[in-house]
Amino acid sequence: MYKAKINVTLRKSILDPKGKAAHHALHNLGLNNINDVRIGKFIEMDIRADTEKEAYELANTACSKLLANEVMEDFQIEIEKN
Amino acid sequence: MSKNIGVIVFPGSNCDHDAYHAMKHVMNAETTFLWHKESDLSNVDLLIVPGGFSYGDYLRSGAIARFSPIMNSVVEYAKKGNPVLGICNGFQILLEAGLLPGAMLHNEKLRFICKQVHIRVESTRSPFTGSMEKGQVLEVPVSHGEGNYYIEEKGLNELEQNDQIAFRYCDKDGNITKESNINGSVSSIAGITNVDGNVLGMMPHPERAMEDVLGSGDGKLFFDSVFNRLQLA
Repeated sequence: MYKAKINVTLRKSILDPKGKAAHHALHNLGLNNINDVRIGKFIEMDIRADTEKEAYELANTACSKLLANEVMEDFQIEIEKN
Repeated sequence: MSKNIGVIVFPGSNCDHDAYHAMKHVMNAETTFLWHKESDLSNVDLLIVPGGFSYGDYLRSGAIARFSPIMNSVVEYAKKGNPVLGICNGFQILLEAGLLPGAMLHNEKLRFICKQVHIRVESTRSPFTGSMEKGQVLEVPVSHGEGNYYIEEKGLNELEQNDQIAFRYCDKDGNITKESNINGSVSSIAGITNVDGNVLGMMPHPERAMEDVLGSGDGKLFFDSVFNRLQLA
């Protein structure tokens, strides 16, 4: 068994209004050294697979078919042994 | 045989009854609800994918609905050249299904926008706008939180070249301004068609602007156009 940890974020070229609003609020808190904020989604999946590679490929398919919309989002996958 | 308008119902659709009322009682057409688990579209002459919050907008608007059983039939139906209209969440579903290019971001200012807006007819190539005039201004309501249309530059150029941009947000005189672009959409886009023109997606709700008593009757111009062109009446 493997665990896939997936981060989905808006592509860098796209303005992230939620991140921008949070950034603004953080500055209001006096945390002026925070230069940029991007807000995305975190998805965790348990995967039945024989190898790490197989688990990665399954997670990759899940991301490109459903979990992320590659027109506007990027995703990163991390696989851990469960 | 009388013509039949199909209105898809997903779990979470909430403009399906507006669409039904507009078709059945204002346009006087035979209208049928199609539950998202159905697959037979053989008796449908115009298919409406209505607005709402299919599957609670979980993950992304339209992302889950796109895998509802009926969607395979919708893709096939559209590819045969049959007319498909996606309104609001229906537009988002057609984007997710790949029947139209691009994607929807949250409104630039993050607010849910529910108000009357003006849109300008940019193309009269499709049956949905065929009886309108280029530059004509319509008043219709919008009601969405994720209507900020996004497409990368190459895709935008293709939309322009293929005359796929059906509507842009404008002011009451038809001017495209920064203020009239209510949600931050690329190039003020409010609605687009596919290359063939038989699939239209739009964020504004023509089905909610069918009777003057409800604020605007301009949505009827839109359906008059569809019915004329497709000889549905």
